[in-house]
Amino acid sequence: MSDPVIRINKMNKWFGNFHVLRDINLNVAAGEKIVICGPSGSGKSTLIRCINRLEAHQEGEIEVEGITLDGSLKNLEDIRSNVGMVFQQFNLFPHMTVLENCTLSPIWVQQKPKAEAEKLARELLARVRIPDQADKYPGQLSGGQQQRVAIARALCMNPRIMLFDEPTSALDPEMIKEVLDVMVELAEEGMTMLCVTHEMGFARQVADRVIFMDEGEIVEENAPEAFFSNPENERTQLFLSQVL
Amino acid sequence: MTGFTPTPARPAPANTVGFVGWARENLFATKLDSLLTVLAITLILYVMKVVFGWAVIDASFSGSDRTACLKDVQGACWPFIEAKFGQFIYGRYPDAERWRVDLVFAAGLIGLVPMLMPNVGHKRANMIFLLGFYPVFAFIMLTGGVLGLAAVDTTDWGGLLVTLVVAVTGIVASLPLGILLALGRRSDLPIVRALCIGFIEIFRGVPLITVLFMASVMLPLFLPDGVNFDKLVRCLIGVALFSSAYMAEVVRGGLQAIPKGQYEAAAALGLSYWKTTRLIILPQALKLVIPGIVNTFIGLFKDTTLVLIVGLFDLLGIVQLHFTDASWATPETHITGYVFAGAVFWLFCFAMSRYSIFMENHLSTDRNGS
Repeated sequence: MSDPVIRINKMNKWFGNFHVLRDINLNVAAGEKIVICGPSGSGKSTLIRCINRLEAHQEGEIEVEGITLDGSLKNLEDIRSNVGMVFQQFNLFPHMTVLENCTLSPIWVQQKPKAEAEKLARELLARVRIPDQADKYPGQLSGGQQQRVAIARALCMNPRIMLFDEPTSALDPEMIKEVLDVMVELAEEGMTMLCVTHEMGFARQVADRVIFMDEGEIVEENAPEAFFSNPENERTQLFLSQVL
Repeated sequence: MTGFTPTPARPAPANTVGFVGWARENLFATKLDSLLTVLAITLILYVMKVVFGWAVIDASFSGSDRTACLKDVQGACWPFIEAKFGQFIYGRYPDAERWRVDLVFAAGLIGLVPMLMPNVGHKRANMIFLLGFYPVFAFIMLTGGVLGLAAVDTTDWGGLLVTLVVAVTGIVASLPLGILLALGRRSDLPIVRALCIGFIEIFRGVPLITVLFMASVMLPLFLPDGVNFDKLVRCLIGVALFSSAYMAEVVRGGLQAIPKGQYEAAAALGLSYWKTTRLIILPQALKLVIPGIVNTFIGLFKDTTLVLIVGLFDLLGIVQLHFTDASWATPETHITGYVFAGAVFWLFCFAMSRYSIFMENHLSTDRNGS
């Protein structure tokens, strides 16, 4: 395994007095795909939100591509343009067209010329299989299409790491597959991915490691085959018996 | 396996669509509905007859003094408006210099109309003209004293000119100030937040009349000797600060309606606070509160009448002033003057209201819109 692109060492986080993440240790190698699962409230979303510092941690270290995450603003923008994020609720900007959503960061953060940004955005929209929706507004698209726009928007920053926060949880069953297909493709191209998801089929298909979290701790981590067929921890067994 | 073929759509039954369908559904759906419809139509016709009788049939249209308006059944006294029209528009602005005011009005229209039409291009140039060039131009033209223009003291300004100067300055200043105050009130910096809350609550908590009195009477007491600026300018500042406090609360309502996810998505894309605010948050927040913003504008436009109490004569003030003219003393002079002033105010406010509805529809990006 090559040098880790994400290093998390004894990280702790509190919301007020509530201890959400407890002594998290996690290294992620370049190109690795990690699926994080666990019951709601277990801190899995908070964990990946700490990786692009949407949440600030209080103790321990997080290092992304060699940059230590702390309070200084300069680091923050470097990290965020290297780390793409896809949200459960898509969070597209409803007042902008699909194309404008995708070119926003390239133009305003990476200072690319508009023509170049639009070309890139159209390529990526084609890659997520919605090339002909570029001039529509998000409100005119289905949930699955919106989530694929959100993936394209994140990819437009040309990130080296992608974070997915329950990307299919808000979708109708018929649309889950179209989003997962795009994610599988992305995984096959070698993107480093951390996905919070309950799509166990997806985990089996692409994950290098599956992490199970409960009560703010990493309870178990293992390769998907071993994780699903032979979970070590009782808590993991209980959880799997409920979701599978 | 059988295939699924959707049933083809059929047209709606004949008497449920078109005008007949509409009338059946909306005007005559039940006996009570029919009765109310007839009553309402009767009332509307009656009011129209009274208004029309007063404004047209019994009205006087020509004459040069009060004798024109002393018929037995006398309606509106329009010659009064005609004779005083110049005063109502320009106040005591010298006759020979009124072309300067006309020019300022015309330039304002030329700048404003294309700005308000979404599909006319060159918005940036238009903006520079309206916010950069126009205020300077208007200031030089209206006050004079340079470029060979005769100086006209602001105490000679009056009528619609003062109304528009106060309202337009208030509107133009209150929106950006209000936005900054609203952002400040939601800031993470405690001192900024405290200052903004203090400002908003103080100005929102006192009547505009108090603010105008303070600006006009108290402020000079605090200024060093010799420093004294124009009464109109002091009123403008008072009105702008007052309305910006209201505007701030309207804008804050819009800011609070933006979901947290929008901030998070913007942050995840690497946008800074100001870029997020400018590109993501404000366009959505302001769109949501267009009705509130225009409501504040309309309130401000009508509140300009209060400058009367510090000795400035706006449109309403100057109309009232001319009631005392003995050569026009008739029983109908007052009502005609008030109707005229009311109609002018209504025209401006109604235009703002219609434009806000147009903009709301234009900016809508939901499934049916865009």
